[in-house]
Amino acid sequence: MSLITTLARMEAAGDGHARPGATVRHRHLAERPLVLVPLTTAGEAGAPLGALVGTDREAPRLLVVAQPRDRDLRFAFLADLADAMLPYFEAYGDDVEAAERSEADPETGKKVKVEVELCADAPQLLVPSAAGVEYVRLLGRSMRFRRTAEQDPDTPYPAPPRVPLLGRWLTHIGERARVPGSSLLLAMTQVLARHWTTGQSNLEDQHLGALLAWIDPPPGTTGAEAALRAELARGADGLLTTPPAGPATDPAFDNRRLAPAIARYDAARAEVLDAARGRFEGDPGAGTVPPEASGAGSARARQHAAHEALRAAEREVRELVASQLRPTWDAVWHGVDLLRALPEGGRVADRWKRDRWSYTAHRDRVRAGEPPQPKRDDAVTAAQKLSARETAQAQLDAQEALDDPLVMAGRRLAGEAFAGEVSEVLMTYTEAKVPRPRPLLTIRTEDRPYLEEHAKVYRALADGRTQTGEFVAYEPGALVVRVTGGMGRGKTPEPGSVPDKGDRVCWTLFEHAPRGGPELPDPEHTPWTHGGPPVASGAGAGGADTGDSGPAPVRAFEPAAAAVAPVAALAADQPDPVTSEDFL
Amino acid sequence: MKADGGAELVRLLHERLGDGSPAPGPGPVAAPDLTAAGPEGRTARTELALREATAAGEWAFFDHPMLALSVAGSPAYLEPDAIVVHPDGGWTVVEIKSFPMVDGSADAAKVGAAARQAAVYVLALGELAGRHTDGEERPGGAARAAGDGLADRTAARGPEGSGGDAADRTAGGAQAPGGPLADHAAGAAERVRHRVLLVCPKDFSNTPTAELVDVRKQLATTRRQLSRLTRIEALAAALPEGTTFDLRLSEDGRTATRPVEELLAAVESVDAAYAPDCLAVCELAFHCRERTRAAGAVESLGRGVRGELGDLTTVEAVLAAARGEAGDAGDPAVEALRRAAALRSEALAAASYGGRPVDGGAAGCG
Repeated sequence: MSLITTLARMEAAGDGHARPGATVRHRHLAERPLVLVPLTTAGEAGAPLGALVGTDREAPRLLVVAQPRDRDLRFAFLADLADAMLPYFEAYGDDVEAAERSEADPETGKKVKVEVELCADAPQLLVPSAAGVEYVRLLGRSMRFRRTAEQDPDTPYPAPPRVPLLGRWLTHIGERARVPGSSLLLAMTQVLARHWTTGQSNLEDQHLGALLAWIDPPPGTTGAEAALRAELARGADGLLTTPPAGPATDPAFDNRRLAPAIARYDAARAEVLDAARGRFEGDPGAGTVPPEASGAGSARARQHAAHEALRAAEREVRELVASQLRPTWDAVWHGVDLLRALPEGGRVADRWKRDRWSYTAHRDRVRAGEPPQPKRDDAVTAAQKLSARETAQAQLDAQEALDDPLVMAGRRLAGEAFAGEVSEVLMTYTEAKVPRPRPLLTIRTEDRPYLEEHAKVYRALADGRTQTGEFVAYEPGALVVRVTGGMGRGKTPEPGSVPDKGDRVCWTLFEHAPRGGPELPDPEHTPWTHGGPPVASGAGAGGADTGDSGPAPVRAFEPAAAAVAPVAALAADQPDPVTSEDFL
Repeated sequence: MKADGGAELVRLLHERLGDGSPAPGPGPVAAPDLTAAGPEGRTARTELALREATAAGEWAFFDHPMLALSVAGSPAYLEPDAIVVHPDGGWTVVEIKSFPMVDGSADAAKVGAAARQAAVYVLALGELAGRHTDGEERPGGAARAAGDGLADRTAARGPEGSGGDAADRTAGGAQAPGGPLADHAAGAAERVRHRVLLVCPKDFSNTPTAELVDVRKQLATTRRQLSRLTRIEALAAALPEGTTFDLRLSEDGRTATRPVEELLAAVESVDAAYAPDCLAVCELAFHCRERTRAAGAVESLGRGVRGELGDLTTVEAVLAAARGEAGDAGDPAVEALRRAAALRSEALAAASYGGRPVDGGAAGCG
């Protein structure tokens, strides 16, 4: 945490009101985001309890698993979830615009421009918290290897095709969320904490209710008071008035309300089964049979009552789960409102375009019939992902600073940028045959950047280009910089490309469009440190035991995909074996 | 998981070890009865049973044994999930957790916590192994009881191991001929294995999977922390006479009958070094947070905050220094704060965002 943020936290803690942490919005916010608020069963990995999902804040779709341990109910939940979410993800796939991408020509190896499709927009999924993002990854992992009846007629619990498909989408956006600055999947707490600074610690900012209370407290209270109430206040029934944003639930809720309700549901279900059996066996002794009723009639009546009771018990569980979900659902939309009020940063659209590329690429992989993402990345893919994330982080840091004077202030304090008024412009020229302009600027500033002679500095021009310069010397209260680029080709600089005396300028020591490190070697030249070149497809992959892997699913990949995903990894990606006590 | 006297667990451990030790037989493994009265009794029973099982030279499974460890001069009783005794006399701590291991990896924070917990058990077992050796009049080793990795591995690859898995299985779990000899060679120093077996649900199922976790680092940390702990007598001496944290539970064992003020006064008499991380682990954290916030201490905003603030310890002092109302301008921390304050207000003014923060639409673009 930089000193500027620390100071903002102190100010907020001092008077109980949150402070701005950014002056513009640094993340793309879709016009029609899909919001997902999941709840999970305590103590059981990835056994969903329920979820609210939808794009309309007034009409979320409620999905509930009345008995989380029941595999059939859980699978029905996942199928419903796929019904609710998959159309949203697929809706963006058909509206495309033409774009160019440079690709290596397979014959000559040269980079050539190819015309490709780029989706005009992409889906955006919002979850309440960082744990929610983790949960999306878990759901993706649990769904994408499910087998459909078409793939394998003998599979014990065939899934509708949309379930593994949604699993792949969730996996994709879950992975994408690891890329700094990406916006396909956002956690509301993280985005809000990026844009506002509260008077509590980072750790406490993970509580969506408390965070919102700090940022936008109810009238008449301070953020500090409201946050404390959101964190701790319990109603007369002992339940938190602001339920946790999930996916974990409040233990008091689990013990006092949920567990008894689920027990009642179980009892009602047992009674339904029992009644059905009683009817088929024509057993008049079962249940409370009025003596005057005929055997069959009373059995029917009993069955009817049992079904009624089961419906009531299910309704009770649904209402309970909804009562925990709804406040979080509203909180996420409240956060959306707050974020919408901020103007979007100038370079956000550029980053969103990369998200659209990512979406388009996955759309293409799905359409090409490629297999689901492997359980584990192979070394080459992992190295590529890591390097892409590092580049994205550097770009994000630079872009946020250029978009937002508050972020730039932090960089200036850290000595990574300086801003000030131009007090003198001295025109000089290079001594080449065609002399080039090299104006010397004296900049009055109180910033104290750490510069060596000839250090490169960068400045954003009004038209979005970057001007380069180099540091010449320190003067008392000022710095001298020689402008070395961005002035056009002529002998005289283009108008507006050199600041005038009295202009305010801001130079940075960091590049504005940093590129990644050296390119990685081609997959076939993978060094032994990273597992060596991938084994040619087909026979005998090293490492994984392919002997008992059963019927291989139909796989049609692009050559490029086959190269980055060695066969060994794919062979290991059989669906999870079904055991007697599966959670998912 | 622990059905059949932990046979499944022992099988998992053997499979993970892959060190050529003899495979456990098909039936249940030896699982001594560890019930006894009171913690002291159970500790003594565990110690005795461990000695017997080690001498027997077979796989043995200890369900919820009890160990004693001296913490700050007072014995603390620990109850690991299980301990497995190897045929070569080695002991492995088993930790069973409920978080899942998906595709062979689990939540790093949770694994770390489990490793720290298991390290304490390993330490306690090490002390016990020391006593054990002394009892058998074997020289040395007691001090190094736990965590000597290299020697451990050599012991595990002892002469009897070379036959490999298959050969051992034909032996049907009978004691390998080289067993006692190898035991002698290895000595007690390597008795407690420094790799603990972490057992978790596999992926999304209820079937168990296990991974060996090396806890040498955690062991070293714990040992150092324990050696630096102030002794309980010294802590108690600093408190006012008669301080007690007794809740004075009523007969049902749930309701505290002690007045809140009395308890509060007792808790107040102890200093607390609160940091937000406490919220995740300590039941008193909310109380400490309240006190820290009331005192305006900067730690309530996070441990890292202190780093750049020099000797400014309260929020008020920091704000006053930043506003230029207090503090020595020559102090680098104060200077940096004032600079930060100036830059921040300049940036907010530039974005015409100034003054009060959160009135939504008022934000203009800079």
